Amino acid sequence: MNWLLVIVGAAVGAPLRYLTDRAVQARHDTVFPWGTFAVNVSGSLVLGLLTGAVAAGAASSQLQLLVGTGFCGALTTYSTFSYETLRLAESGAAFYAVMNAAGSVAAGLGSAFTGWAIAQALWV
Amino acid sequence: MIAVVALGGILGACARYAIALAHPLPADGFPWPTLLINVVGCAVIGAFMTVLTEVWRAHRLVRPFFGTGVLGGFTTFSTYAVDIQRLMLAGRAPAALGYLAATLLAAMAAVWAGATAARLVIGRRTR
Repeated sequence: MNWLLVIVGAAVGAPLRYLTDRAVQARHDTVFPWGTFAVNVSGSLVLGLLTGAVAAGAASSQLQLLVGTGFCGALTTYSTFSYETLRLAESGAAFYAVMNAAGSVAAGLGSAFTGWAIAQALWV
Repeated sequence: MIAVVALGGILGACARYAIALAHPLPADGFPWPTLLINVVGCAVIGAFMTVLTEVWRAHRLVRPFFGTGVLGGFTTFSTYAVDIQRLMLAGRAPAALGYLAATLLAAMAAVWAGATAARLVIGRRTR
C-alpha cells in the first residue's frame, strides 16, 4: 500500500513538472530556466505545508507518502536544476547561473517556511 | 510522451523511497541519504545530457524517460528545502547551513564532473 501511494504521487508529479516546464518556457524568451524554478518553488511550498500539517497531527503518514515522497518528490528536481545552472555557466551567462542557484535555494526555502507557517495558522 | 515521463518518474521516486526506507533518519538527523541521492542524480544527468547532445542520436523518448522522468523523480528539491527547514526548527542552524551549502556545492561539482568525464570519454572514442 505504501509503495502504491508513492507510485501514484510520482505518476502525477513527474508529468506535471514536464507540462509546467513546457508551458512556462513557451511564455518567455530569456535564458533563465523559469520552468524548473517554478516547480521547485511551488513543490517546496506544498511540502512545507504538508510537513506542518503532519507535525500538527492534521495529516496522516499515508498522505505524507502520497503527496510528499511521491508527488512533491517527483514534481521537484535537483538534477535538472543543476544541469540548467551548468548550461548557463558554460554558455557565458555566469550571472544567471549564480542567480538561478542562489534564487532557487532562497525561494525554495522561503516557500517551505511559508507552507509551514500556513499549516501552523490553520491547524495549531 | 506523458506516459513515458510518468513511468520514469515512478521508477526514480521508488528508488528514492527504497533508499529512504533502508536509511531511516531521526527527527533531527542530518539528511545524508537525500544529499547523496541529489548528488548522484546530478552526476548522472551531467554525463547523460552531454552524451545525448554531443554524440548519441537517441530515440526521441530516451530523454523524457530517463532525464525528465527517472532522474527528475529520483532527485528532489522540495525535500532538500524542507530538510533545511527541519534542521533549523530543531535548533541545528549550523547543520542546516552546512547541509544547504554542501548539497548545492556537491551537486554543482557533480554535474560538472559528469559532463567533463563524458566529454573525455567521447573525445577518446572519436579520435
